Amino acid sequence: MPIHEKSLIRPENLITHEELVIDEVNVSGHWSTFIQPRVVTDYDERLQEEIAALPGGENIHRCWQCGSCTNSCTVNAINPDFNPRYWIYLIRLGMKEELVRDKEIIWQCVSCNKCTYACPRDVNPEGVMKATARWLELKGYTEKKPSAIFDEEFSAQVFAKGRIEEGRLLQRFFARTRQKLLQDWLVELARRLFSRLPLMLMMKLGWASLFHPRTRGWRKARAAIADYVAECEAMERQVLGLNGKGPSS
Amino acid sequence: MTNRPVAYYPGCALEGTGHAYHRSTKELANALGLGLVELENWNCCGAMEVKNIDPKLQTYLSARNLAISEKMGFETVMAPCNGCYHNLKKAEYDLTHDKTSQEVVERLSKKAGHAAYRAGSVRTLHVLEWLKEAIGEEGLKARVKNSLKGLKVANYYGCMYTRPRHIFPEKDKGPGSESTSKPHFMDDLLAAAGAENVEYPLKTACCGGAHTLSDSDTSTKLVLNLLTTAEACGADVIATECPTCHSGLEMHQVRAEKVLGRKTTVKILYFTQLLGMALGLSARKVGVHENISDSRALLKARGLG
Ligand code: SF4
Ligand code: SF4
Ligand code: SF4
Repeated sequence: MPIHEKSLIRPENLITHEELVIDEVNVSGHWSTFIQPRVVTDYDERLQEEIAALPGGENIHRCWQCGSCTNSCTVNAINPDFNPRYWIYLIRLGMKEELVRDKEIIWQCVSCNKCTYACPRDVNPEGVMKATARWLELKGYTEKKPSAIFDEEFSAQVFAKGRIEEGRLLQRFFARTRQKLLQDWLVELARRLFSRLPLMLMMKLGWASLFHPRTRGWRKARAAIADYVAECEAMERQVLGLNGKGPSS
Repeated sequence: MTNRPVAYYPGCALEGTGHAYHRSTKELANALGLGLVELENWNCCGAMEVKNIDPKLQTYLSARNLAISEKMGFETVMAPCNGCYHNLKKAEYDLTHDKTSQEVVERLSKKAGHAAYRAGSVRTLHVLEWLKEAIGEEGLKARVKNSLKGLKVANYYGCMYTRPRHIFPEKDKGPGSESTSKPHFMDDLLAAAGAENVEYPLKTACCGGAHTLSDSDTSTKLVLNLLTTAEACGADVIATECPTCHSGLEMHQVRAEKVLGRKTTVKILYFTQLLGMALGLSARKVGVHENISDSRALLKARGLG
């Protein structure tokens, strides 16, 4: 029986007794907390397999729980609940309900690859984070996160034109995430910059957002990429058993 | 020392927010007499986004650029952006070691109507590696007209120049090679130009660039930490070698001030701007006025630009 450390010590699973004496030993109060007996039966045996089938998750089975990923993690240093080692553990055991509890933070991985650098087992924890975030989305546990929307907008521009244009990307991203484009700090930033940029350069940048830069002869590449993307999506849906149901990507 | 022209891959960022890097890189090459030929008809490398749609598509995007370099007859392609550099190196690694990646790239290249890139035919260099190789510290020293003497610099390399380690087989090879845990190529070049590099423990820490807009609070915290640490180390300037890092630092310096009320005064400059001014180019020529972080007064006080 594996140890499910966190789930056992959650407040709802703890019992403290105001007054309790067992075998003449006084065990009252908070210092001797009891853990509610609990039998875990809801293992999802396909969880690891499903995550391993998504891009980035392939090597999850290699993890030996050394904790180097979490120890080196950029986001963990800001938020201790961001814990790649723990999530990999849950996935490998099939503890889906526990994993889903953290659905609002897993997407926050910043892809710094500190974990990949530190991992002694070639797990590619960064990839596992991305695969897990994608799994949560495809399975319908979370709505599309801002980072996924950004990835989509960015990639759509690359696939369509071969190149991106930052102004338009910004505009589309803020529109889709329902944020106002003129964030105070962005306005401040523009004010500082435009007070000293020469007119020519400003015109050049403005020009780029009107006439999207593009790669010549991209048409065939665009078609090839579109076919490939469709192929990948179909494969993912099949592995996750989503054909005909669930949210579309 | 070799100074055969190399293929130059600027990437999307250098045509937009990273324009000052584009400009200063070209001016610097010019001043050093090094030839750059822009990669014809290049495409975006996919940055940190396309891989989240599918990593093999990202491999294809870089393979297409490498194939162009091969077709143009260049054996070296040079990229100033960490993201572009990282993706070219990653494609090279995957095409050397992974059969499925090879198959996908061959299939897509065929459909797109161009020759598939053959692993091993083109060498990818970061602008730092290229300058170290083509001109070196001694060569640079001999050309310095306006020493950066007294300028205290924190060298910031970010994530993608050194991580993940396996895609950079030439690094960590002992004396003379670049280190992935404590990179020093930028430090070496700036020191040769007279700068006083400070001991900066966050050289390869992350600025949160991947989520700079989608999770800006996290990025602001990470950047603020980079800035305050640089100040605590006594730096006047943070030198950057990546357009994403650079604009991340600049943007979130303003955001930290506006949103968190935390003002920092350390300036942010591309290392190519600093080297250019050391060679006697004007601040304007290397695009200092295009930076959001306004370092003109500092540079003037130090007799630079
Ligand atoms: S890549 Fe993601 S999981 Fe890995 S260390 Fe960075 S933030 Fe943490
Ligand atoms: S560093 Fe690698 S092996 Fe260690 S816990 Fe993280 S993923 Fe597992
Ligand atoms: S430091 Fe930030 S911008 Fe630079 S490479 Fe890392 S994530 Fe990207």
